[in-house]
Amino acid sequence: MKRLLSTLALAGAFGLAAAGAQAAKLDQVKAKGFIQCGVSQGLPGFSNPDDKGNWTGLDVDFCRAVAAAVFGDATKVKFTPLSAKDRFTALQSGDIDILSRNTTWTISRDTSLGLNFTGVTYYDGQGFMIRKDKKVNSALELAGASVCTQTGTTTEQNVADFFRANNMQYEVIAFATADETIKAYDAGRCDVYTTDRSGLAAERLKLTNPDDHIVLPEIISKEPLGPVVSHGDDQWFDIVKWVLFAQVNAEELGVSSKNLDEQLKSTNPEIKRLVGTEGKFGEGLGIGNDWVVNIVKLVGNYGEMYDRNVGPDTPLKLARGTNALWTKGGLQYAPPIR
Amino acid sequence: MADWVEPAVRQGRTSFMNDPKVRSIVLQVVALVLVIVLGWMFIDNAKENLAAQKIATGFGFLENTAGFGISQTLISYSETSTYGRAFAVGILNTLLVAVIGIFFATIIGFLVGIGRLSKNFVIRLISTCYVELLRNLPPLFQILFWYLAVLSAMPNPRQSISIFGEAYISNRGIVVPRPLFGEGTGLVLWTFGFAVLATVLIGAWGRQRREETGRGFPTLWIGLGLIIGLPLIAMIVTGFPITFEKPELKGFNFAGGMRVVPEFVALTVGLATYTAAFIAENVRAGITSVSHGQTEAANSLGLRSGYTMRLVVIPQAMRVIIPPLTSQYLNLTKNSSLAVAIGYPDLVAVFAGTTLNQTGQAIEIIAITMGVYLVISIITSVIMNAYNKRVALVER
Repeated sequence: MKRLLSTLALAGAFGLAAAGAQAAKLDQVKAKGFIQCGVSQGLPGFSNPDDKGNWTGLDVDFCRAVAAAVFGDATKVKFTPLSAKDRFTALQSGDIDILSRNTTWTISRDTSLGLNFTGVTYYDGQGFMIRKDKKVNSALELAGASVCTQTGTTTEQNVADFFRANNMQYEVIAFATADETIKAYDAGRCDVYTTDRSGLAAERLKLTNPDDHIVLPEIISKEPLGPVVSHGDDQWFDIVKWVLFAQVNAEELGVSSKNLDEQLKSTNPEIKRLVGTEGKFGEGLGIGNDWVVNIVKLVGNYGEMYDRNVGPDTPLKLARGTNALWTKGGLQYAPPIR
Repeated sequence: MADWVEPAVRQGRTSFMNDPKVRSIVLQVVALVLVIVLGWMFIDNAKENLAAQKIATGFGFLENTAGFGISQTLISYSETSTYGRAFAVGILNTLLVAVIGIFFATIIGFLVGIGRLSKNFVIRLISTCYVELLRNLPPLFQILFWYLAVLSAMPNPRQSISIFGEAYISNRGIVVPRPLFGEGTGLVLWTFGFAVLATVLIGAWGRQRREETGRGFPTLWIGLGLIIGLPLIAMIVTGFPITFEKPELKGFNFAGGMRVVPEFVALTVGLATYTAAFIAENVRAGITSVSHGQTEAANSLGLRSGYTMRLVVIPQAMRVIIPPLTSQYLNLTKNSSLAVAIGYPDLVAVFAGTTLNQTGQAIEIIAITMGVYLVISIITSVIMNAYNKRVALVER
């Protein structure tokens, strides 16, 4: 009987947890006082902890920007490191509020997982890395190769598609984490390592001799990486979406953390609307009217965030390329704030 | 005396509610109904919530095209196969590791377990070190050690270690010639099967004769002679129908031949040696549980120490060894899910990993995966329990 009772109690708790009505995400976040942000387990440039546990990277900075917009304090974020495999489950179950983990936006993920992608923080594509001494100059010379990749990512299918489309034999070995993948590649288990090209630049730093390896020129897929939120809370979806748009708009209008004080006095109506001296757009989102000021002051505009984490002056040395503003020949384009 | 009759009379009058038999049945029925209702509520609730969040549900995904590659497949599989097929590939890969791992773990475990009781100091020391070292390190590290440490010591395919130009060892695994079956193979296989069957029958007869007359029979040697000799004669008669395709280095990898991938080797070796340490302790416990008087009795009958061990001590030790041995077999099977760390495509990696990620149907996939492990474990238990019944002490 005692066992039956405890089973009932457990079952009841489970049932309640699953059935409980959900308060608005913004109120939940405000009540607990921080944002729980799902990141990678360590990808330099995107989300990577240092030896003291401080997280840095583009994906990390984006979560800080959301915290700056909601709380006016960029430190009110807690990070949950997630494997590629577990990331969506963590978001679906409500363990995290935002998933900001170099996640590719695809239709199947957007429509069948109960998730919403809020934008693209980094336009990427899948590439191959190989040892220089293999003397391979093109991905089309990879027939028969062993390919190391990480499980739970879009890369497994892309590799299969690429080799099939080009009628080449291959062998794929999929590992649970990026660390194990790069170690096996370094040990010579595979001829090629494949992931998003930004990931190749980051993972390469972990190799014994990074200079012995080259990234092949072919880009075999489109990998728009961006933040993700759960279905069903439009207000939270809007906030996360517009934080990125605000950062891109700020860069486009030349508003940065360095010149913010001057720009606050600007007479340009576009800038005035952006920094909140005209209009009440922040209130429409349910957060303070100084939201963009906080984002730019505490985290920076999109360009600053990019340069600091992955740009040419960082170990990753990634040129802006497709991630330049649309006014400079790139793809980063944000709807206007008005 | 009248007092003794009373209970029967009282029983007739007992109210229905107070009859312990009826009461226990009612309680059990109520509990069962509650469990079913609760279970149904959970499933229904989960369905509703998933639908509300627009998360796909159902088992239809098993018929969709998988679209990803798998490095080791025991049945034919390609990127155009279905998720259901990938699921089958995963189960077979898990079973392969489990069966081969259990086979080697048992052999190593028995040898080390007996070694720990050896009179020879060196053998005893080595066995003790083996058990204490392997039993006390987490299995994941051992598997990673076998994978990464041994892998980096291996040469690349172009400089691979050649074994008489027939087989090659490199960091891509072990490649051996693949047998090609020509006309007449049937006869060879039939004679092989016949030889195996004959050996089993001879073994049974030999055991019976030993129990009846006490005289042994060299089953092992005669059996080996049959199993090797008969198919060989058949081969000569049919003019060697089985030929071998030699592996050849082509581009990055070997083409042709059969390949054992390093992930499989590392996982099997790691699991077998780890589990063997526990089995060794079970074996030692079993042997120690047999009273020393049995050994002395066997010795006084003139049995040599090898026979004493095989015919007197081990059969009695088995009834102590089998139950914990079953647990170790189950542990090995379940630990095979560590495969995902080194990229071996087992059930968890292929199905609860890649398939789950591509379809996003976590609840269905995790439920199926747990079900598969449960079924494998229960089958193992049933077999081991049946065996346990056979070796159990028959008390007269």
